[in-house]
Amino acid sequence: MFLVEQGEEVEAQMKRIEATKGVIGTLVVDPDGVPIRSTLDQSMTLQYAGQLRQLVALARSAVRDIDPQNDLSALRVRSKTNEIISPLDYYIIQ
Amino acid sequence: AKSTKAATKKKEEAVETGTGWEEWSQGKALVRPPDQMELTEAELKEEITRILTANNPHAPQNIVRYSFKERSYKPINVVDQMAVHFVLEGSLVHQDSEEARKLRVKEVDGGDVEEAGDEDRPDSAASRINKKEPKVTNQFNFSNRASQTLNNPMRDRICQTEPPPRSSFSATANQWEIYDAYVQELQKQEKNKEKQKGTHSQKDNGKSKKVMLMETQSEDVTKWTMASKILERTISQNTFDDIAQDFKYFEDASDEFREQEGTLLPLWKFQYDKAKTLSVTALCWNNKYQDLFAVGLGSYNFSRQGCGMLLFYSLKNPAFPEYIYPTSSGVMCLDIHAQHSHLVAVGFYDGCVAVYSLKEEGQEPVYKSTAKTGKHTDPVWQVRWQSDDMDSNHNFYSVSSDGRVVSWTLVKNELVFTDIIRLTLNCAVSEGPEGAQAPTSGTSFDFHRQIDYMFLVGTEEGKIHKCSKTYSSQFLETYDAHSMAVDTVKWNYFHPKVFVSCSSDWTVKIWDHTINTPMFVFDLQAAVGDVAWSPYSSTVFAVVTTDGTVHVFDLSVNKYEAICQQLVVDKKKTKLTHVEFNPIHPVIIVGDDRGYVTSFKLSPNLRKKPKAKKGHELPKGPEVEVAKMEKLLSLLREPDQNSG
Repeated sequence: MFLVEQGEEVEAQMKRIEATKGVIGTLVVDPDGVPIRSTLDQSMTLQYAGQLRQLVALARSAVRDIDPQNDLSALRVRSKTNEIISPLDYYIIQ
Repeated sequence: AKSTKAATKKKEEAVETGTGWEEWSQGKALVRPPDQMELTEAELKEEITRILTANNPHAPQNIVRYSFKERSYKPINVVDQMAVHFVLEGSLVHQDSEEARKLRVKEVDGGDVEEAGDEDRPDSAASRINKKEPKVTNQFNFSNRASQTLNNPMRDRICQTEPPPRSSFSATANQWEIYDAYVQELQKQEKNKEKQKGTHSQKDNGKSKKVMLMETQSEDVTKWTMASKILERTISQNTFDDIAQDFKYFEDASDEFREQEGTLLPLWKFQYDKAKTLSVTALCWNNKYQDLFAVGLGSYNFSRQGCGMLLFYSLKNPAFPEYIYPTSSGVMCLDIHAQHSHLVAVGFYDGCVAVYSLKEEGQEPVYKSTAKTGKHTDPVWQVRWQSDDMDSNHNFYSVSSDGRVVSWTLVKNELVFTDIIRLTLNCAVSEGPEGAQAPTSGTSFDFHRQIDYMFLVGTEEGKIHKCSKTYSSQFLETYDAHSMAVDTVKWNYFHPKVFVSCSSDWTVKIWDHTINTPMFVFDLQAAVGDVAWSPYSSTVFAVVTTDGTVHVFDLSVNKYEAICQQLVVDKKKTKLTHVEFNPIHPVIIVGDDRGYVTSFKLSPNLRKKPKAKKGHELPKGPEVEVAKMEKLLSLLREPDQNSG
């Protein structure tokens, strides 16, 4: 029962995030890299998914190489025009 | 004519040569061939010049070639006049030439080669060298017979096996991959050990299977909760970037120019849609997670009572509350347990008290008092957690308008109540049953920080009673504090004797609990909603009034006036109801009657520490604060003693 509630909560939270001013889009990716859910158009989705997956893997590899007991928790890339925030497998492009 | 002449000459020659013959054939006459041309004598004697040229009569004389340069056919004048009559390839070779030398070499071997060919033996290396004489075969009885074996026809035969299956494999060997491999090994070993344990693990397996199923179903969701939470906070940080920076780093530089006054810098504003109609009735910071605070929402309006709400906000995410608990009745007060910060005690307008646990998932309180279990009959105005009792059960106190101060203990799954004291009008004076001992309503209370059993209760009549947990019928002392209900009493964080009280009669008073009259009185021109001591200084406190102003006092700086008076909300629309200082950050939160909570940063002037004397180190710690207060009080006490 409460799992359902949790799911609704998460949904509501995600909608809030997507509605926030300044957020261009969100993208959810499963562990294999396949986009599950996205508010961007198809080409952008695929592009971001592909590129970011590699970046996250590289970052994770770097972090864990230094200390195997450590793990990457979040990744944030700030560029001139945008910012990409990614905790675990959930990317958001602002 | 030449020919004729030649012919005649020949004839004559023939005749001459044949002179020998003519001796016996003189009789013959000149014989003329029958087809000879008949010519006259003159013609016969005619001299005909014959020219010998070197021209080839067969050579063409009018060869025309196409000239590309002039794009036309041009006759070629010079034509090769050579006529070849006879060609014979010779077989003579100059003896000094290459070919001659080769031939010579060959001649030497050539004889041998010929001999070997005559014989039917294949190997004749030796014979080749030795025998230089050609082999002489028997003339009569020799035949060369050659035979050839059957040459088997050549056939190509190939066979091919199926190639072994191949796959490309690539991997990296990093520190963490090695680590992961080891960890997996460990887990495998542990699993093996568990299997060896036997029957009692089977039940666990059953349960764990269920857990596994649920996990796979809810994998997406639970993973997302953390992720989306972090995301939301990150975005808030981005959106409210300037506020976050201010919160952390901004120090009002103009405070240096303003001698004593300070300002409040507005930071985040917290609001929730569904709470817009409710007023903030209680605020409490969480001790453990100092960015988390609780807001109780209800209504002070006696006639309009609806539902209430309990919200938890984090400074990290001002957009949306972290926890939301809707309640059936308005929340009037709340308190977060100091050690177990997931336990929140809440008092309602309908007299119930409840305990919520933030660890639990549901929206219902963990414990709730009902009519049977001794709930108050009037709104609960204040709740406070106390230290665990001797059985290490959590317990808290509540005060209500029905005149009871009740202690509630969380025993297993129940809330057990104990009346501590009943507030009555003439309690201190008479004990007899004659005097009408009508219960008075308690509107606020506060427990002493060091002396556990001592607490103060403010009443609706404006009196403050000092009570003890152990004496249930008598007050230790009573102070005639205010003319209206005492909204808040608070003990000073540092000084053990000082407390402050505020009331809707526009005044804020500071007391020494050993003395019956207030040490300081401040008249603020408007009904006071709440007062709070600052956790970092014993002489600083903040007051909020219903006209939307926050007053901050620092007694060590200015004993008569506030050092900061700031209008924070629209005067006519909203009234400020509560104020609380953050335990560690220089931030205060202010709640108003519209359900908003605004946070402010205190400017440096408001946070002054005592200046160090030259040469002395700056002393720190609560003793300093106590001393500070003591100094102030002693100044006041002396005139009191003098006058008294």
